[in-house]
Amino acid sequence: MSYLIGDQMTGGYGGADILHDCTIAAEKGEIAVIVGPNGAGKSTAMKAVFGMLSLRKGRVVLDGEDITKLTPQDRVAKGMAFVPQNNNVFPSMSVQENLEMGAFLRRDDIDTTMEQVFELFPILKEKRRQNAGELSGGQRQQVAVGRSLMTQPKLLMLDEPTAGVSPIVMDELFDRIIEVARTGISILMVEQNARQALNIADKGYVLVQGENRYTDTGEALLNDPEVRKSFLGG
Amino acid sequence: MSEPLNAFVLLANFVLVPAVAYGSQLALGALGVTLIYGILRFSNFAHGDTMAFGTMFTILFTWWFQSMGLNLGPLPTALLALPFGIIACAIFVLLSDRLVYRFYRKQRADPVIFVIASVGVMFVMNGVVRFIIGPDDQNFADGERFIIKAREFKQITGLSEGLAIKVSQGITVVTMIVVVAALFWFLNKTRTGKSMRAYSDNEDLALLSGINPDRVVMVTWMLAAALATIAGTLYGLDKSFKPFTYFQLLLPIFASAIVGGLGNPLGAIAGGFVIAFSEITVTYAYKKFANYIVPGDWKADGLMQLLSTNYKFAVSFVILLLVLLFRPTGIFKGKAV
Amino acid sequence: MIGSLRNVVYFLIMAGLIVLVGQMQSWNVALSILNLCLISSIMALGVNIQWGYAGLFNVGVMGFAALGGLAAMLISMPPVKEAWAAAGSGAFIGFLIFIATAVAALLVYNKLAKGTLRSTLVMLIVIVGGVLLRIFFDPTTTAIEKVNPAATGFLGGMGLPVLLAWPVGGMLAGAVAWVVGKITLGLRSDYLAIATLGISEIIVAVLKHEDWLTRGVKNVNGIPRPVPYEINLQNAEWFLSLCERLGADPVTFSSIFVKLCYTILFATVLLLILWLSEKALRSPWGRMMRAIRDNEVSANAMGKDITARHLQVFVLGSVVVGIAGAMLTTLDGQLTPTAYQPLRFTFLIWVMVIVGGSGNNWGAVLGGFVIWFFWIEAEPLGIWLMDVMTSGMATDSPLRLHLIESAAHMRLMTMGLILLLALRFSPRGLIPERTQQ
Repeated sequence: MSYLIGDQMTGGYGGADILHDCTIAAEKGEIAVIVGPNGAGKSTAMKAVFGMLSLRKGRVVLDGEDITKLTPQDRVAKGMAFVPQNNNVFPSMSVQENLEMGAFLRRDDIDTTMEQVFELFPILKEKRRQNAGELSGGQRQQVAVGRSLMTQPKLLMLDEPTAGVSPIVMDELFDRIIEVARTGISILMVEQNARQALNIADKGYVLVQGENRYTDTGEALLNDPEVRKSFLGG
Repeated sequence: MSEPLNAFVLLANFVLVPAVAYGSQLALGALGVTLIYGILRFSNFAHGDTMAFGTMFTILFTWWFQSMGLNLGPLPTALLALPFGIIACAIFVLLSDRLVYRFYRKQRADPVIFVIASVGVMFVMNGVVRFIIGPDDQNFADGERFIIKAREFKQITGLSEGLAIKVSQGITVVTMIVVVAALFWFLNKTRTGKSMRAYSDNEDLALLSGINPDRVVMVTWMLAAALATIAGTLYGLDKSFKPFTYFQLLLPIFASAIVGGLGNPLGAIAGGFVIAFSEITVTYAYKKFANYIVPGDWKADGLMQLLSTNYKFAVSFVILLLVLLFRPTGIFKGKAV
Repeated sequence: MIGSLRNVVYFLIMAGLIVLVGQMQSWNVALSILNLCLISSIMALGVNIQWGYAGLFNVGVMGFAALGGLAAMLISMPPVKEAWAAAGSGAFIGFLIFIATAVAALLVYNKLAKGTLRSTLVMLIVIVGGVLLRIFFDPTTTAIEKVNPAATGFLGGMGLPVLLAWPVGGMLAGAVAWVVGKITLGLRSDYLAIATLGISEIIVAVLKHEDWLTRGVKNVNGIPRPVPYEINLQNAEWFLSLCERLGADPVTFSSIFVKLCYTILFATVLLLILWLSEKALRSPWGRMMRAIRDNEVSANAMGKDITARHLQVFVLGSVVVGIAGAMLTTLDGQLTPTAYQPLRFTFLIWVMVIVGGSGNNWGAVLGGFVIWFFWIEAEPLGIWLMDVMTSGMATDSPLRLHLIESAAHMRLMTMGLILLLALRFSPRGLIPERTQQ
């Protein structure tokens, strides 16, 4: 059984359902990517996994435990971390304080974790005293990811981490995400840049109108002519 | 040749010293407004009356201590009563949050609804204060009156102008520095303080990080109550306590907070001094000063006052408009446009 | 249908209460309450236009009402010839500087493009104009204030019919609202609230301290009435014969008659403004206003200039408040600058709107009636209540004296509580806004 499963999720933000029997799973230490056209419910699927909308049907299971009823905050305590697409840092606080806030719930020593984050993102160490709001878009994404790693999560969820950053920065960010996965953390990621994301994905989900259209390894999806034609622009 | 020196002492006595004291009082008041704004995201119209409320309890405790013969020697007894005033004020303010604001917070109501609710709270507080202590002037300062008396200053320096510094002014400045230092230490170094700044910066992300919003809000109200009580007591010691005056302080306090950038504590302090200095320099009568510095037999006719003290509120107002026109985020970048 | 029936019942109860006061206390009292109810309703309508239509929080109702009052005095009082003579050319020069400043500021405002340069220039012009005015006009004001200070000591007015002051008062209030709105609208809603709080304090300060204009705290008495004087009625043939036919005492009835005349005037204005407001609310303009209020983002996306619409509505509402302010001073027959208290003129009106029903004109009118009625009747009630509650104590007990003395302050607390309770438990008010599909 997978480490995380969002099983046959159906629901929306109160009005009509956006997700229909949508299933998403992630294995330990692997990268799962959700791609699909605009309005396919990609972000919604991720938010459903994190408990930011209530499901009408289906369930979410983390490490064998049913967490469908838990609030997002409680899921953080269970080892899930979420990096929103926008407004994902504390702009008037320094980089270091951002990381400290990520570890707010931890009462043990956080210095080792912070060192690990600095190792992963060396630029953050350099700018640790600078306010996060003054950083470039790519650096801010690194702060956001770093902040979420401070809880020592077992599952990291990223909502379009490369939105609005240059291709070079995107490649670097993906490299870092692979490194994070290698430490044994499961990664669930929504991406607009489908081709690049599937390149690094162990598993890919193509959603259309809130339903699973294709599910396979990243490589298989990239090689599937149907997927290429419809979603990857040939 | 002592003319320029006399002119300077004159200015120091009537502009510099009062403005520093008044600026400190405004800064403390504006800090409370800016904290509430940063965390709860509305302009608290009840802040002036919160100051009056806390000051009233400080006065009541002062009277009680005085009747028991307790005092601090040269320092005013009110300093001893201040902590009790703060506690009483904090209890009332927390109660008002529980009964009024929390409901709208859960609803995620529009900021303007909070503002209207704060007007309602203002009324109730105002009514309670007038009911308990009455609408009249109360003088509660005791102990020594002056650090330096004008006459002593003249004797020491041999100048014809004297410089008087009241004990209340000295206490105001010292207290302000201590309180501000403690506040900034709290906000920048402690876990709770940092969580407050995080909450103010990005509420959703703060929730995701596991910060407890109820606790942040509670601490904020307690800090605001403490700041309001301290500011109000210092103002009352320096001038006198009258409930309506505290309502009128609302405008200069808001102006200070906005000039500095709403939600920015450093800005609130700078704003307080900007407003205080502008108000006092604009309403000071420069006649005597001009007679000192202009050489020869020329004598100024009229008071040489830019604006009558009746319109001192106009100064805050004009500065407020200028800031809104040219830099709505304030000198130090605040949160709001 | 049930809703409108309920509304009729509300107004009938209100009418019944006023009749009850007429029977229990006196018709004179009942009519004075009714007249002030009418004026309060108009003010509440003005605030409702701003708050109910557009969600603007105006904390300066007092200032706009005071401007109306000022207009009533300036239009109707006869000019004081001696003061004008004493002022001499000073008045003329002062007036010239004032006009020149205003024209220059407006010119710069209209000719230059929006930006820092324009704002700076306008501010500079206003400041320079103010300084010039002080230099040239200050001696004149002293001269004016020296002319028979016990009776006049001010320039007087224009000696025109006081009814003319009602629209003029509205225009004066509207002009000030335009300037304040121009600067603060488009920024956060809190800023408008704070700025209006400031401007109203300043307007009242001007009224209190510019003796040459308003006699300051000495008040201007004897503002000419638009209706007959009691003493003239009591000597008029037709009135005496009317009294005889009704079997009424001429002295009492003359005072009732005068109040009735006011009632008719005020009711006419109220109905006119109410009709116009309802018409506006149902027009495409009113629908747009509500669309903006309910969803600024989407209205903005649809290309509506929200700030301009807000300015429009803010000015309109202030005009209505100004008219009501002028009417109030007309009714009082005197301009009393110290009477302008924020509690009475700003927050009481807000309680009326919130309790009555924000967004509904009939609600605002009902709120005006209900709240004014209880505001007036609460005082005797409160004192009586305190008296009963403390009757067990010794008559000279200091606690009892303190409590009875403080009963007046209970009004503040009561109004605050009513505002909070209405906002919490009945946010839509007695007569809620109609939601059209």
